Amino acid sequence: MYASHLDQKITTGAVDRVPNRNGYGEGLVEAAKKNAQVVALAADLTESTRTHLFAEEFPDRFIQAGVAEQNMASLAAGMSMMGKVPFIASYAMFSPGRNWEQIRTTIAYNDSNVKIIGAHAGVSVGPDGATHQAIEDMAIMRVMPNMVVMAPCDVHEAKKAVMAAAEYDGPVYIRVARAASPVVTTEESPFAIGKAEYFYTKNDTHSRSVAILTTGTRAYDALQAAKILEETQSVGVSVINVATIYPLDEEVILAAATEHDAIVTVEEHQKEGGLGSAVAEYLSAIKPTYIERVGVAHTFGQSGTPEELLAHFELDSEAIVRASKRVLERLS
Amino acid sequence: MRYLSGNDVYELEQKSNEIRQSIIEMLAAAGSGHTAGPLGMADVMTLLYFHVLKHDPARPDWEERDRVVLSNGHICPGLYATLAHAGYFGVEELLTLRQFGSRLQGHPHRGTLPGIETSSGPLGSGLSQATGMALAERIDNPYSAKYFYCLTGDGELNEGQIWEAAMLAGREQLHNLIVIVDRNGIQIDGYTKDVMPLEPLAEKFAAFNFDVQEVDGHNIRSINDAIGKAQAVYGQPSIIIAHTIASKGVDVFERDFRWHGNPPGKGPEDRVPRDEQARVALEKLRTLSGMITKDEL
Repeated sequence: MYASHLDQKITTGAVDRVPNRNGYGEGLVEAAKKNAQVVALAADLTESTRTHLFAEEFPDRFIQAGVAEQNMASLAAGMSMMGKVPFIASYAMFSPGRNWEQIRTTIAYNDSNVKIIGAHAGVSVGPDGATHQAIEDMAIMRVMPNMVVMAPCDVHEAKKAVMAAAEYDGPVYIRVARAASPVVTTEESPFAIGKAEYFYTKNDTHSRSVAILTTGTRAYDALQAAKILEETQSVGVSVINVATIYPLDEEVILAAATEHDAIVTVEEHQKEGGLGSAVAEYLSAIKPTYIERVGVAHTFGQSGTPEELLAHFELDSEAIVRASKRVLERLS
Repeated sequence: MRYLSGNDVYELEQKSNEIRQSIIEMLAAAGSGHTAGPLGMADVMTLLYFHVLKHDPARPDWEERDRVVLSNGHICPGLYATLAHAGYFGVEELLTLRQFGSRLQGHPHRGTLPGIETSSGPLGSGLSQATGMALAERIDNPYSAKYFYCLTGDGELNEGQIWEAAMLAGREQLHNLIVIVDRNGIQIDGYTKDVMPLEPLAEKFAAFNFDVQEVDGHNIRSINDAIGKAQAVYGQPSIIIAHTIASKGVDVFERDFRWHGNPPGKGPEDRVPRDEQARVALEKLRTLSGMITKDEL
């Protein structure tokens, strides 16, 4: 059963498709209207990160950092020490990819109130190819003390995550994607940092069940996989959207492991270090559970359309169905 | 810039000598840490904290204070000693440097010790942070009287991030930003001219739209004049290239790059035996390398 707050177009398949990076631009403008201390920086990628919406409305609070992500990170740290709430945006491959140490020392270790937006994360960047497809960013940010890590599922959630980050006092990383992705939630859907949400709750008439934990823009594929599994495999499936990778919503994940036979994690990221790892690390200590991780299998991306790449790297709904079958086979 | 009387200069020189002695004592107690840079920058730091800065050691969070960003965090023994002598915390705490649980971390950590504005150690990011602070201040208050001082090493200028920050500071015409480079000519692997030549350094920063001055980094009056001029510059950030002598004040350690990263007791042995290094260094400082006799002491 779908959560009632979701966009009901998901039941018909005729979903709207919007890049969730738009949510950054919109959320940033909203946050800036509420708080005059919000400033934004971009590294020569102002429009594609959607920072231009802010730059047009608040030109005096926008800093063009040029193609210099390392400087941008520490510049923002310095601005935060004077009371600003800086948002820095670039492609995830360059920030936090290139400037990881600056983020670690001058943002995380300083506990600076800086928000880092990694756009164009995942393989769905498409034709730009592997150099621009960040599929390690959640791993390198999740291990960093003081850092909140989020991967919103769609444009609405991205907007809420940005506004929540502006109100949260401390470093935050938010990854968003380039490609248009299905709009799953609505403006009314609940959101809080650190909170996982049930998007689909299993039908209890089936004897076997699996919980699909998804993060980022894979949510709609996870929902489609749930439908296929319930209809063709007689499997009870729940889909849980884990928008915050760190801190993990341990309560919801433990309950999911208790109420389902197995878990499948889904992310547009390397299998190592992201959501799948976080869930496995947590559950292995407290409730050992069979887990199948859907993610990129320790390889680099390549050029192609987002659809071609998501299928090739086994990140689409069919791959989620296959992974679910695999984990259920292990049970028997 | 406040005028320095002859007596002011004398007292500042006395203070920097006391700070150098503390540096030797704390490094010897720690058994690790950097010697050359802290001794070399002691005069600049003393002048800043005892004459130039608008600050209040009793209120390290005072909003109107000038900011000092130590970009080359490894010379923190010098900053810690200066802060302690200025009254930010007790001088006795200096001997806890680098020990487990100490507020005097091996490299500075913001929030742990009063007076530390930023965490540093990994080189090259201090100038970016100081630039960010200066920029934020200008957004809020274009007529601000706060100054943002960034202390960097010269070896540190190998880092690309320095030049990213310099480009932006120059573009933004941040006249509230004053960079002071410790131009001692050494880095860990050798002389800067051999490892990675920086010259023509003044021209490089001038090309990045900085107002550039070069001074004797041990002449209190010259440094003070340079800072005064830097404060008066409008429409440009300033950089003062302070020519210093590595390990200044202990003649048997001076100019030797092998003292970059070693404390007294673990330095090169060819001029002073290791077990004598701390004692000899303190005696050199107390007697100004023999210029003051024991009787005068």
